[in-house]
Amino acid sequence: MSIDKDKIKHVSKLARISVDEKKIDALAKDLSSIFKFIEQLNEINTDNVEPLSSILNQPLRSRKDEINDGKIREKILENSPQKHEEFFVVPKVIE
Amino acid sequence: MSDISKKSLTEIVRLVKKKEIKSEELTQSFIKNINNDKKLNSFITNCSEEALKKAINFDKNPKLDTLLPGIPIAVKDLFCTQGVKTTAGSKMLENFVPNYESTITNNLWNEGAFLLGKLNCDEFAMGSSNETSYFGNVINPIEENTVPGGSSGGSASALAADLTPTTIGTDTGGSIRQPASFTGIVGLKPTYGLCSRWGIVAFASSLDQAGPMTKTVEDCALMLEAMAGFDKKDSTSIDKKKENYLNKLTDNIKGLKIGIPKEYRVDGMSQEIDNLWENGKKILKDSGAQIVDISLPNTKYALPTYYIVAPAEASSNLARYDGVKYGFRSTKGDNLIEMYENTRSEGFGDEVKRRILIGTYVLSSGYYDAYYLKAQKVRQLIKKDFDQSFKKVDAILTPSTPSSAFKIGEKKNDPISMYLNDIFTVPVNLAGIPAISIPAGTDNNNCPLGLQLIGKPLDEQKLLNIAFAVEKKINFKQSLNRWWEK
Repeated sequence: MSIDKDKIKHVSKLARISVDEKKIDALAKDLSSIFKFIEQLNEINTDNVEPLSSILNQPLRSRKDEINDGKIREKILENSPQKHEEFFVVPKVIE
Repeated sequence: MSDISKKSLTEIVRLVKKKEIKSEELTQSFIKNINNDKKLNSFITNCSEEALKKAINFDKNPKLDTLLPGIPIAVKDLFCTQGVKTTAGSKMLENFVPNYESTITNNLWNEGAFLLGKLNCDEFAMGSSNETSYFGNVINPIEENTVPGGSSGGSASALAADLTPTTIGTDTGGSIRQPASFTGIVGLKPTYGLCSRWGIVAFASSLDQAGPMTKTVEDCALMLEAMAGFDKKDSTSIDKKKENYLNKLTDNIKGLKIGIPKEYRVDGMSQEIDNLWENGKKILKDSGAQIVDISLPNTKYALPTYYIVAPAEASSNLARYDGVKYGFRSTKGDNLIEMYENTRSEGFGDEVKRRILIGTYVLSSGYYDAYYLKAQKVRQLIKKDFDQSFKKVDAILTPSTPSSAFKIGEKKNDPISMYLNDIFTVPVNLAGIPAISIPAGTDNNNCPLGLQLIGKPLDEQKLLNIAFAVEKKINFKQSLNRWWEK
């Protein structure tokens, strides 16, 4: 499949990545060649094949819902790009 | 003592245990090499000062009954280290300081080692040449202007240049084995689930696996022993008792059956690689192993499958970088959505953005079945190929890479040709099985070439034994003129 400008704009919106208008053509060309490459998979018949989502022969373990850390609010907030008292700060979302 | 930094890890550990060398002297010799390095760019964060303090502390009351007593180790900057910047090679995490320690590094510190520094890598481990790092590309100590491979390129370069006695990397599609092959060292990707993924910056969770990068196969056995083990914090960790890989290491491989997959003889493969492979077969035969021709018919579909599965998982994993809780935030944008979009556009490099877009596309409404589900089905077929083969053979021998290290910039503008570099390593990640790359020779330009041995799930011991036998007979010698010190 060839990837055109509109598709790039749509996907970049979904991925929350703004794409520079000047770079869109080059990106569309790269992605088109990558999709052409991955579409080789259409050659194979996979009608009766179970999809493989995990290579482990075990089910994922679940754990008890217990608090085993906590009380590290200050430490967590230290890495925040913008904070106010004990809150993360984001641009205004409600008018 | 002759230059300690050139010795193997197992030799260094032996000297420390016999009290013939102190941790301080040992650490100083690596710090000297790190300070002399003016050009490799393998370190993002240098922890020399802290390391020296830890070494002096160790010597005051040496605890010698551990696997890595008083050993300084630099690690790939994808492992979270408490209180030490962890960047994943990205502007997005340029100033990120974790307040927790990854299980794998913690295991190393519990065995007596301590942190020497954080090593450069491709951004979020996405790359095969270390050119996607925000902190600039790493150079291969073999030759100036040559890539060390990727994504664990800083680890490979630092180890080959004697800037650390051993190191660790991560391997999602070849990121340990390909740089190991390019720099003349040993690299092991363990069975998926053997080494905990907890505290490693995630790329593609169903493929990511940490592993050792070392100068010798013995070192590799020792490091795997220190790293491996069940971790309840990783829901995909395998609950299995610890093994003593080094004690059990033997070069007796008589009677083992080694498969040679015909599909790995790809178009355009150089005569040098072919000769390397033939030599590997001969050595195995001489060691008493039996060579068996096998077929892995779906090999050619491994890379296209990988370039659906890995970006899909990456697009999901990297959704967390939104400029709110940690990491970079753009100052541009008038509302929340624009802040997200600008943060991710400015914080991620081109290759990472490309993969997030591919992943988002293949998972988007209306395309999921055609791409992601299809890839999961082909992944099943690729795994079955290996399952069938392992009914007939104990291990599989292939070249590690289709070429030796290439020049900086050579493949940068052609993503497909860059991706093709991982053609021999990717199938192993899709099947979740272990594989090791060992240095096996050089090409006409004196650049190292590696051979890869692939094993059954959790059969690392046998894999190490075969690698040990081959290593002894090949007797590869690294020859470096240390140009980076000039």
